Amino acid sequence: MNNMIEIKNLHVDIGDKSILKGLNLSLEAGKVHVIMGPNGAGKSTLSKAIVGHYDVSVKEGEILYKGKSILEEAPEVRALNGIFMSFQNPVEVPGVNNAYFLRTAVNAKRVFEGKEELNAAEFLRASKNIAKELGMKPELINRSLNEGFSGGEKKRNETLQMLMLEPDFIILDEIDSGLDIDALRAVSEGINTIKDGKRTFLIITHYSRILEYVEPDFVHVLKDGKIIKTAGPELVAELEEKGYTTLEES
Amino acid sequence: MAQEEINKAVSGEYKLGFEIDIDEETVPPGLNESIIRFISKKKKEPQWMAEWRLQAYEKWQKMQEPHWAHIHYEPIDYQSISYFSAPKQTPENLDEVDPKILEAYKKLGISLEEQKQLQGIAVDAVVDSVSVKTTFSDELKKQGIIFCSISEAIQDYPELIQKYMFSVVPKTDNYFAALNAAVFTDGTFVYIPKGVRCPMELSTYFRINALNTGQFERTLIVADEGSYVSYNEGCSAPMRDESQLHAAVVELIIMKDAEIKYSTIQNWYPGDINGKGGIYNFVTKRALCKGDNSKVSWTQVETGSAITWKYPSCILQGDNSVGEFYSVAVTTLAQQADTGTKMIHLGTNTSSTIISKGISAMKGQNSYRGLVKIAAKAEGAHNYSECDSLLIGSECGAHTFPYLEDKSSHAKIEHEATTTKISDEQLFYLRQRGVSEEDAVSMIVHGFCKEVFSKLPMEYAVEAKALLELTLEGSVG
Repeated sequence: MNNMIEIKNLHVDIGDKSILKGLNLSLEAGKVHVIMGPNGAGKSTLSKAIVGHYDVSVKEGEILYKGKSILEEAPEVRALNGIFMSFQNPVEVPGVNNAYFLRTAVNAKRVFEGKEELNAAEFLRASKNIAKELGMKPELINRSLNEGFSGGEKKRNETLQMLMLEPDFIILDEIDSGLDIDALRAVSEGINTIKDGKRTFLIITHYSRILEYVEPDFVHVLKDGKIIKTAGPELVAELEEKGYTTLEES
Repeated sequence: MAQEEINKAVSGEYKLGFEIDIDEETVPPGLNESIIRFISKKKKEPQWMAEWRLQAYEKWQKMQEPHWAHIHYEPIDYQSISYFSAPKQTPENLDEVDPKILEAYKKLGISLEEQKQLQGIAVDAVVDSVSVKTTFSDELKKQGIIFCSISEAIQDYPELIQKYMFSVVPKTDNYFAALNAAVFTDGTFVYIPKGVRCPMELSTYFRINALNTGQFERTLIVADEGSYVSYNEGCSAPMRDESQLHAAVVELIIMKDAEIKYSTIQNWYPGDINGKGGIYNFVTKRALCKGDNSKVSWTQVETGSAITWKYPSCILQGDNSVGEFYSVAVTTLAQQADTGTKMIHLGTNTSSTIISKGISAMKGQNSYRGLVKIAAKAEGAHNYSECDSLLIGSECGAHTFPYLEDKSSHAKIEHEATTTKISDEQLFYLRQRGVSEEDAVSMIVHGFCKEVFSKLPMEYAVEAKALLELTLEGSVG
């Protein structure tokens, strides 16, 4: 089996608190994976560990991406290699123009892959088309990055970045939180357009709202710092009904 | 995030710290009447100029060095400084300029060969105490524009110098201005006649080269009625463990309907992380908007100097006159800057704008100090001030000291101030998108400064941007 991500016996602390306690997880390439679990189970910590966030310290274990260990790699190197995370609360960066930032990021990745950079016109054409499909107000592309954006605008902007960067492995951290139905639909459609059977998705959520629009292949349940169950999409309904407490380790 | 990484990112190497290997004539250290007479004689000055210098010196001896600014430095020993140093060769034309000086200027990105100047910029090149070359002087003269070293001007245009020099910054205006009046060695003089729009950018490039030498230049620009000029100054110095004193004076006089745009890119050697070495930059810059509808704008990008003490000011005397101050001041390593402006509103319907952007990193301390003064008669005066500080890391500091004196009853004064810190969260966000930490820092910094950069002439905006990158980026990883 071809795995995009392989996590073995991962122990992660945040501050002096132990959050992930020997987590094992394999994510088959080309599939949509969902991680569900109660608040505080360690879902966000897991995604932070994969992208190399400064909050986490990995005490033990291994994360393999496309078969190679990434724990020693800087966040930007992981990103250039195709790992993308949509943030739960995208930070505002005053003074940095949204389009300028995104073009820099897109071109950094293109240069890394040995491709030609996009010029300003090519970039604008591509980004404006996508922004339109996402139902983003055109002026947002020329504003400061995320500054003064509403919750829905921020998530649409995350989706725009995802579509422009064309990553291989996509983590969506609570992408559905705080979204109205239109925004949720637009973001989901964005995700579905790049679901091509090669890219791998990891959707982190504790609701099942987004799963009405993006159909998962696998559902993993994270509880107390470990994956306690992996099953098909039918598990979503079961969890909705019975909650996490009755689940037994499998 | 690892503070070390960020520090590496903001402690950019100083790239202009080389020394020019030329023969220089340098007087022994020390300040006294005979040194002043020596300078005056060396410059072939008329008697009145020598006397002005001595008057200033006499007053200076009775003055106290000011210590109200938010800066700390080792006491300056004025007797240990040499007050005159000049390349031995004094050229008549470009062929005679020491090739080493031409080479050095080339390294600084400035060509002194007129035919190679594609950008339409005329340059006055000053090394230590003398001007070594002024380009395009003859060309400009055809339109009546005077662009020459101040030493030449004292000999060739005594009536203009006697009329305007010390008319905006008096000989004994302050401690450092008085010192400058006594010992100034060179600088630039510009006169734009009535109704003339100067066809090229004028610029002066100051280079400190000799060891243990002070640099004391004087710049005087007069824009006669209805004229316009854009003037730029740049500067750099070798890297040395000893601190060096730079005390300059700039006077601008703007007549009715005239405009001066004055831009500075200051990149004196900043010293090291422990505050060793670097230039002590004590500068008095002042513009007098004498005529109605006159306009002046100061735009400065300050990345260098160990100590900066500088408040380019505007006296808005003419009715409807306009004063502007746009500044980016960077303090990293152990640099300290106390800088800002004074807007003195005397005429009716005068208006002023202050946009100050301070960036502090590592152990840098950045203070904005600004005065807005509205006289009783300045009906309809208007000021807008915006002072923003950006902090990178946790050891640096930003301070704001705004002063306001309003004696009129109808003035409109607005003041806004913000302090922001580049957060780990912002850097991480940009890095997660594949942008390196270096580029992430510079992206945020450029965003912060772009309002000021947009006020610089195009060529200089590019230079300023590159300089900022050098100063703040250095070598990550």
